[in-house]
Amino acid sequence: MISTDRAVPSYRLAPNYRPFVMPALIVVCAVIIFPWAFTVWMSANDWTLGQARTFVGAENYINLALDARFWESLWHTIYYTALAVILPLFLGTIAALIFDEQFPLRGFLRGVFVMPMMATPVAIALVWTMMFHPQLGILNYFLSLVGIEAQGWIYDQATVIPSLVIVEVWQWTPLVMLIVLGGLAAVPREPYESAEIDGANGWQKFRYLTLPMIGPFLMIAVIIRTIDALKSFDIIYAMTQGGPGTASETINIYLYNVAFSYYNIGYASAMAIIFFILIVILSFVLLIVRQCTVWSQAGDGK
Amino acid sequence: MNSRSKLSRRDFLAATAALGGSALLGAPRPSFAAEVDWKRYAGTTIEVNLIKSPRSEWILKNLAEFETLTGIKVNAEATPEQQQRQKTTIELSSGKPSFDVVHLSYHVQKRQFERGDWLADISGFFKDPALTDPSFSAADFGQAGWMFATDAKGRLLSLPFSVDYFILYWNKDLFEKKGLRYPQSFDEIVNCAEALTDKSSGTYGFVARGLKNANVPVWTALMLGCGTPSVSPDGKILADSDEAILAAKYYQRLMSKSAPPGVSGFNWAEAQSAFLQGKIGMWIDGLGFAPPIEDPTRSRVVGRTGYGVMPKGPKEQAAATTGDGIGVTRQSTKKEASYLFCEWVVSKKMGAGLLQTGSGVPFRSVVIADPEVRKGVKMPAEWLDAVLGSAKVSKLSLPVIVPVTEFRDIYGVALTNMIGGADPATELKKATAQFAPVLAKSEG
Repeated sequence: MISTDRAVPSYRLAPNYRPFVMPALIVVCAVIIFPWAFTVWMSANDWTLGQARTFVGAENYINLALDARFWESLWHTIYYTALAVILPLFLGTIAALIFDEQFPLRGFLRGVFVMPMMATPVAIALVWTMMFHPQLGILNYFLSLVGIEAQGWIYDQATVIPSLVIVEVWQWTPLVMLIVLGGLAAVPREPYESAEIDGANGWQKFRYLTLPMIGPFLMIAVIIRTIDALKSFDIIYAMTQGGPGTASETINIYLYNVAFSYYNIGYASAMAIIFFILIVILSFVLLIVRQCTVWSQAGDGK
Repeated sequence: MNSRSKLSRRDFLAATAALGGSALLGAPRPSFAAEVDWKRYAGTTIEVNLIKSPRSEWILKNLAEFETLTGIKVNAEATPEQQQRQKTTIELSSGKPSFDVVHLSYHVQKRQFERGDWLADISGFFKDPALTDPSFSAADFGQAGWMFATDAKGRLLSLPFSVDYFILYWNKDLFEKKGLRYPQSFDEIVNCAEALTDKSSGTYGFVARGLKNANVPVWTALMLGCGTPSVSPDGKILADSDEAILAAKYYQRLMSKSAPPGVSGFNWAEAQSAFLQGKIGMWIDGLGFAPPIEDPTRSRVVGRTGYGVMPKGPKEQAAATTGDGIGVTRQSTKKEASYLFCEWVVSKKMGAGLLQTGSGVPFRSVVIADPEVRKGVKMPAEWLDAVLGSAKVSKLSLPVIVPVTEFRDIYGVALTNMIGGADPATELKKATAQFAPVLAKSEG
């Protein structure tokens, strides 16, 4: 029996507790609240480093809405993120299904498969840049062996984003594989036995048993990959700096250029705020979708 | 007792070595002006911020010499170009830079540093015989150098250190095979490039930077030959003029018909590595990128590369010029000691070494014109001729404005699009419409 005479806990702290909260409060203010508020304030100013600062209100936001390069970079971000989430998810799931089976040297091969994840992004970028080189790169050499003509890879405006995604896929498919493998290990065997008795084939077992049961794990992989792909900077910057032209310029790269090449702090701050709002919206969408997958998994029990 | 009065063989050798050493390391050597009181600021420590390059490597290699000469302790750091530009801009605009001496690229940072009032006026030091070598003069630094180092009010804000000209590198073997001679005009460059291109054997007549931003100096170099700078001295944009469009057409034709695939993603490094493989006919870029060509471990065109002054354009012959200098920050509390460091960097001895090792080309004519210095140059004589020939037709490569990076980015995208087939006139008009408000705002 829960006692009802106990006072409802008050969220107001007794005055003598307050000093204990202060250190945490100061840290949060210094590293989260203040930079955020300062960015909002800067976004309302026209401020280029080395020049005078003037208050301009919403002008930076209006200019942003009219800036074709911003919209282009937003599209590149969406395109890049979509590819960099879907492909590793698909390949990672296949890899997990393969590595879930028993076969010789499985442990060793799993280790090898996970290795790209451990490498430094800039080192990866430099090696891949060499491999992508249209004349000296090994990829075009391999293509020439099978009679396919040389490609421009990251040196061509049309193929630069898919080429960058190849690097991203190479590096991050193992992460998805590990997450899904964890999911597969938790899947009970009984439903499969029932399905086999009912005469389900391999595809049906995957589609109606495995996939729904690993759904929540796939969702976690989607969330992690989306966050990673959205904030991706190192590989793009080290390989193309957003080029050729602006063909691989994502919002991160454009933001970096505006802030640290043009030193236009006000405009860059406005862009950061808009990017922040977009990410918050996306996070909500992902959280809602995640709630849905959890519900569908546990729905029969509730 | 006996052992103390008698000079042993070991003591004798030690004393001789010490004497020899002191002669080597001794106070002001003849290479540095005796009139200057180099030791006046002994004991001071200065912080130096350099751009990572063969030039700064040469400075760092010889730092001990400066410390011995002056007794000033130097803490120097060299960071890659782009990071250095960010670091200096952020620190200088904060009003409390962590360095006393700063290395700057004139073609990008000159106007920005002047607008920010970040450099100390060193005109007084320059005239002071106790601080400055009497061989220093405005004329000695050349017209371009002096223009770079002084502001509109005539104040001297830095000392011009090293100059770079765009030249035409050409592969003599490929030219000989086709019976071609060094091009004398822009049209001949185009003709040679197309004659040399043989896609089936992977041979291309031409290479240059195609990557956004990096590609702009190639186009402005062609534009100077067509008779116009990109921005007039009074601030009018000429980058969409008929001459600029003509230059862009040359650029487009060379880069789309005679350059290797993927060239729109090439910066100087990719262009250089392509040229080093021996399958490229011509390459237009700064002469500072020459040393690897003569390095047998890196190049297949050692001794077979020609270095030519930029051929004459439809209107004139011009060598696009960029440069870097070294100055003292306005906030420095050790200005005199810092100035001595700048003076040492541009001294004749340092300049001679810079030229002889192929690390860079000093602005100062007393270095370039000295036959003794020239004798020690390791690069081929033709390279040195290209240096001297370019100096005679030197013109500033990039406009002297604050938003140089925006200029390079905006027109750089237009040039990249042209390689992909876009119309030069339309692209340049579009870029100018985009750039004009940026320029107006920066100067307003």
